[in-house]
Amino acid sequence: MSEQDVTVPAADESARIERVAKPSQKRSGLLTGATGRNLGLVIALVALCIFGVITAGERFASIDNLLTILRLASVIGVLSIGMTFVITGGGIDLSVGSVVGLSSVWASTLATQAMAEDFHWIVIVLCALGVGLGAGVINGVLIAYGKVVAFIATLAMLVAARGFAEIIANRRTQVVKVDSFLDFFRSSPLGLPMLVWIFLVVAVAGWFLLNRTTFGRRTIAVGGNPEAARLAGIKVKRHTMYLYALCGLTAGIGGVMMLGRTTAGSSTNGQLYELDAIAAVVVGGTLLIGGRGTIVGTVLGVLIFSTLRNVFTQNNLSISAQAIAMGVIIVVAVLLQQRIAERSRAGT
Amino acid sequence: MVNADRTEDPPLLQMRGIVKQFPGARALDGVDLEIRAGEVHCLLGQNGAGKSTLIKVLAGAHQPTEGEILLDGEPVTITHPVAGLKLGIATMYQELDVVDGLSVAENIYLGHELATAGFSQRRAATANTRALLTRLGHGDLSPHREVGQLSAAGKQIVSMARALSHDARVIVMDEPSAVLDAEEVTNLFRVVRELTASGVAVVYISHRLDEIRQIGDRITVLKDGRTVASGLPVAQTPTAELIKLMTGRNVEYAIPQRDAVPPDAATVLRVDGLGLRGAFSDVSFEVRAGEVVGLAGLVGSGRTEILETVFGARKATAGTVQIEDRRLRAGSVSDAVTAGIGLCPEERKSQGLILDEPVYRNITLSTFARTAKASFLDEGAERTVAREQIQALDVRPSDPDRSARTLSGGNQQKVLLARWLVHGCRVLLLDEPTRGVDVGARAEIYGLIADLAAQGAAVVVVSSDIPEVIGLSDRVLVISEGRVVHDGPASDIDEHRVLDLVMEGSAA
Repeated sequence: MSEQDVTVPAADESARIERVAKPSQKRSGLLTGATGRNLGLVIALVALCIFGVITAGERFASIDNLLTILRLASVIGVLSIGMTFVITGGGIDLSVGSVVGLSSVWASTLATQAMAEDFHWIVIVLCALGVGLGAGVINGVLIAYGKVVAFIATLAMLVAARGFAEIIANRRTQVVKVDSFLDFFRSSPLGLPMLVWIFLVVAVAGWFLLNRTTFGRRTIAVGGNPEAARLAGIKVKRHTMYLYALCGLTAGIGGVMMLGRTTAGSSTNGQLYELDAIAAVVVGGTLLIGGRGTIVGTVLGVLIFSTLRNVFTQNNLSISAQAIAMGVIIVVAVLLQQRIAERSRAGT
Repeated sequence: MVNADRTEDPPLLQMRGIVKQFPGARALDGVDLEIRAGEVHCLLGQNGAGKSTLIKVLAGAHQPTEGEILLDGEPVTITHPVAGLKLGIATMYQELDVVDGLSVAENIYLGHELATAGFSQRRAATANTRALLTRLGHGDLSPHREVGQLSAAGKQIVSMARALSHDARVIVMDEPSAVLDAEEVTNLFRVVRELTASGVAVVYISHRLDEIRQIGDRITVLKDGRTVASGLPVAQTPTAELIKLMTGRNVEYAIPQRDAVPPDAATVLRVDGLGLRGAFSDVSFEVRAGEVVGLAGLVGSGRTEILETVFGARKATAGTVQIEDRRLRAGSVSDAVTAGIGLCPEERKSQGLILDEPVYRNITLSTFARTAKASFLDEGAERTVAREQIQALDVRPSDPDRSARTLSGGNQQKVLLARWLVHGCRVLLLDEPTRGVDVGARAEIYGLIADLAAQGAAVVVVSSDIPEVIGLSDRVLVISEGRVVHDGPASDIDEHRVLDLVMEGSAA
């Protein structure tokens, strides 16, 4: 059957005029639409920076300090990109922090015990990525094919991966002494720390994947309405599995980055990172119910939290005070999101 | 039906000059409505005419921007839904607002529980519930039954009993028959007649004009947020005039005639001995290119399940589905889609569309991977294809970037059809293609189905509207209790015969 030859049955011309289409109401308000939402985040970030400059002056505004902010943002940042996909696809992954710990421990054990020095450091990296991917695939299979609720399946992985990491590490911290590995992660090509480069590359790749590829479109479709996606011929289960695998992979990348940053694989690496990642994603404007995600928003969310921490530390404010501020920011951001969502649905 | 004496009665409820302004849209622009005690007042209008907004204003869920509401001639302000209920105005929404996990009695007294000092008086609630259900002719329904286990018709009875428990004088019913089969509709009408006999006024909203003929006393027609006719006596108003009032034009509320399928047309879809445990068994039929086959039967007869199983959305427990020579893998939608089958599901919003995504992405949901180059989307090509379809099917508004949520039912249906047209489907399975579609768009969809068949598509249509199935189809299969009880040319069967077959089938 041809696609073009469909004609409307003798709908008379007067009828066409009668039901003149209303012009679409494109909402270009300051805080609505994708650009507008991100603009709001940028404003928040700028406000934080101004606050930082006023309260901490030079100490905050130095290049070194800015690079520190970025460097500390990078691990959570990479996890948040993976998390953005899972959440956009209508799921959640609570296990990423534990998987960071497990993959860093596993990779460091390899470096300190198994093979000593007669191998290339890339093996450490591949090991961590493999562990992350494997954990993600297990999550994905359980959720997509085993029909376990994502919250429960990844909660189980959170607990189990941490325990597994402790067994491997034997409750000791494994210090990596492979110099070529450490040199690589401590280098700063073009003045930007390697960890920040990795975050940048993952974020850009994530943006393309979500916005420009069939994978991204499937993610939005599966998160927006899984039944409609399935009835349109999209393999929803398989795609769901891919999403968790991808998220696990980013946790593996995070594990390597931790190893590079701290030089040590510890079973406590990445504790509670899942909460920071989810918070950054949600504050960034990705809907927790799925169907809409934004990588730019996630990156801004990560930067806001990282800057906030830095400003607080510069002012010698306690970690507890940081936590309270983060809580307030999350609530305010979600309240704003809801308002915007309601407004864009009104009048339908 | 219309009693001339009644015109002398003072109106029970009056709405005058109601205006409702939403940000960016004027949903109501001067609506008048006058309801008398003991009448069935039908509210007619196309989707988007303002019916839903009007009943929300009446229920107190929306506040009118202008205008007044009079109850017994006294002006009233209905600030919120509870205030509406206190005044005796109860609304049964289209999506029945019952709580599945609670019992029948708990649902009926939800929000106004019978309690002394916080302790619920379960016995009194049970007894009252029983009385209410008996009044509705459903004394056999246990007050302790969990509502989630009831059929749509049962839930509707619960919703109606709840309205009565508030001593409602006006009950607004928003498309109550949409989820009911023919027998249940008959029962609904009986209940409505009993209610009106006891002086309750019923505001009845439906797209089915034949129902309004049967049950209605007077009609108010809305169009574009205004009253275009009010208080028309049902008996003296021809259907053609109603359609004209609603659409502002003369629509042939008729199904276009099609040429007979040539006898040498190739068989495209072959269903053989298909079965799904607990739903239907031994269903076999063939559809040729250019042929429309209708599945007639009551809600729950297995019609929808048959379509979904052919499509692979449910995994068949017996039998095979073939497209030309290709045998489809049971339970694989993607296999069916690849082979060229498309399904327009019954629940457009929950099964068909991604509501917050733009129209063009909904149209290309099955084909975006095909237009993509090396997994990179080509949104320009998608928009072009979508625009062609929007124009060909006359989707309104025609903006491909508008979110699917904002479209009316008829236009959402066109978006789904467009999806499968872009895909180039040879077999189209249409489940209730005109449910929730207004009269004007309905005729257009009939025309589209006829065109598709004329271009060689094999079409299977399921509809609760029996004349619709017969009118659209070349061949009709009557389904009863999960079995095919009749298979023959549409020209040899009429509505009564179908109903007889269904009755025989369920008696056997």
